[in-house]
Amino acid sequence: MDKVQNNKAWFLVLPVLVLVAFSAVIPLMTVVNYSVQDTFGNNVFFWEGLTWFQEVLTSRQVHSALGRQLMFSGIILAIQIPLGILIALCMPKKGVWASVCLVLMALPLLIPWNVVGTIWQILGRTDIGFLGYTLNSLGISWNYSRNPLHAWIIVVTMDVWHWTSLVALLAYAGLQSIPQAYYQAAKIDQASRWKVFRYIELPKMQGVLLIAILLRFMDSFMIYTEPFVVTGGGPGTATSFLSIDLVKMALGQFDLGPAAAFSIMYFLVILLVSWVFYTVMTNLDKAEGR
Amino acid sequence: MAVTTDTYATPARSFALPKIRTRHVIMVLYLAFMLIPIYWLVKMSLQTNREIMGGFTLWPQNPTLDNYRTILTDRSWYIGYINSITYVVMNTVLSLAVALPAAYAFSRYRFLGDKHLFFWLLTNRMAPPAVFALPFFQLYSSVGLFDTHIAVALAHTLFNVPLAVWILEGFMRGVPKEIDETAYIDGYSFPRFFVKIFMPLIASGIGVAAFFCFMFSWVELLLSRTLTAVNAQPIASIMTRTVGASGIDWGVLAAAGVLTIVPGALVIYFVRNYIAKGFALGRV
Repeated sequence: MDKVQNNKAWFLVLPVLVLVAFSAVIPLMTVVNYSVQDTFGNNVFFWEGLTWFQEVLTSRQVHSALGRQLMFSGIILAIQIPLGILIALCMPKKGVWASVCLVLMALPLLIPWNVVGTIWQILGRTDIGFLGYTLNSLGISWNYSRNPLHAWIIVVTMDVWHWTSLVALLAYAGLQSIPQAYYQAAKIDQASRWKVFRYIELPKMQGVLLIAILLRFMDSFMIYTEPFVVTGGGPGTATSFLSIDLVKMALGQFDLGPAAAFSIMYFLVILLVSWVFYTVMTNLDKAEGR
Repeated sequence: MAVTTDTYATPARSFALPKIRTRHVIMVLYLAFMLIPIYWLVKMSLQTNREIMGGFTLWPQNPTLDNYRTILTDRSWYIGYINSITYVVMNTVLSLAVALPAAYAFSRYRFLGDKHLFFWLLTNRMAPPAVFALPFFQLYSSVGLFDTHIAVALAHTLFNVPLAVWILEGFMRGVPKEIDETAYIDGYSFPRFFVKIFMPLIASGIGVAAFFCFMFSWVELLLSRTLTAVNAQPIASIMTRTVGASGIDWGVLAAAGVLTIVPGALVIYFVRNYIAKGFALGRV
């Protein structure tokens, strides 16, 4: 749509600007402030320059948390994206069953995150949980609060349970937009099922899949509540991801300087991915001719 | 011609039959995977603690509603739901009120810095709450809003306002611009046009945006827990109370969990066709 140039539109945007400035810019400036200063309390601050940044950048704890975070995001993307596509392909195209599937699949997305954690915490227990009990009676000595591998399995399974439907729903929306004529043409050409997927469905889903990948990456990159409830970041530090470490630093130990420097670098990563996201979105809009 | 279609149709049909079966099997397995954890929570909420700890059962032997009764009659429990709903509704109203005009501006006009502003909004949707927890705590403490509903409602606008703007903008540009122009020619002022003509046209978009604001504020815990202590404590943090000296009160914990799922489950049917659009910030 061709838009009209009109700078008076600023008045319509002003409320948003004021509100978001209050809830985003002021806190961010506080963080910037802390990241370059030190304090012994009583609101007395000393200029520290880039000390905190150096400390965080060379901190082994942060490095290993970043490593775990990237591994976690990598694993869940590798599972959720293909699984989500598979589920979208298997969903009924229309009718009552399509609605039933949509509603049931979306249920995990609407559960408060700490309840998601609680559900899986219970499910993984060997005495009262379905998963833990079943695994135990199969002869596996399952203990997710002692064994790091088991902790990882339960956190990853939980995230797959929680968010795969999002990928599936997006892919499904992409599939719905493919005109029936494409499939008829493929049928006339006697294209195999794989070829239909590879040359019709996948290219048509490309846009929504990119959105799905970015959304899943972002949200898994800042995951906090669910693993915190299930494992508390343990055993040891086996499942403490970036946000868990950051909250521990900022609210637990009150190490304001390092926590603030950490936050700023965290935020820069987010900014970078947001930019990729934005570019993808706007290109998608252009491709659709809107 | 009839013969040719027939030769094509027959192999296709015999080929399609087993394929449909695998599809159904995969779908059923996936839905089972989705529902078992939820079923398990519901099952536990209907059991007494003695029965839960007494032995492994697949369904409640003596279903009881005692756990729900505990929550719904004890003020210190159900106040959590009231607190949560209070700040969630405040947040939804606030977010939509500021997002509606802004989304209209983004969908209809080009103005100085519009693209940068739109991008900046997105970065706030993507911002990790962990980064904001501490500064929010200090900000709201210093202005005397700590432990109030409005503090949590304001904090959640951080990600809900951008979400609402993006979703509404997605819906609004589907409305042809000629409608605006006709209304202005007919002598409508902007506020009257917006409320009387434009808002009814994007009613479904407003509904979807409201649903997503409600939902993301409802599921968030880190910020709402950091910003409250007693008076505005959300249900999510009251749930941690079940861990007492005598062990964990599993039945009540499960019942409290089930009750937090109910609001989402009740309204999801109405937005089922827009779920993907909402999660993708209005861009599908």
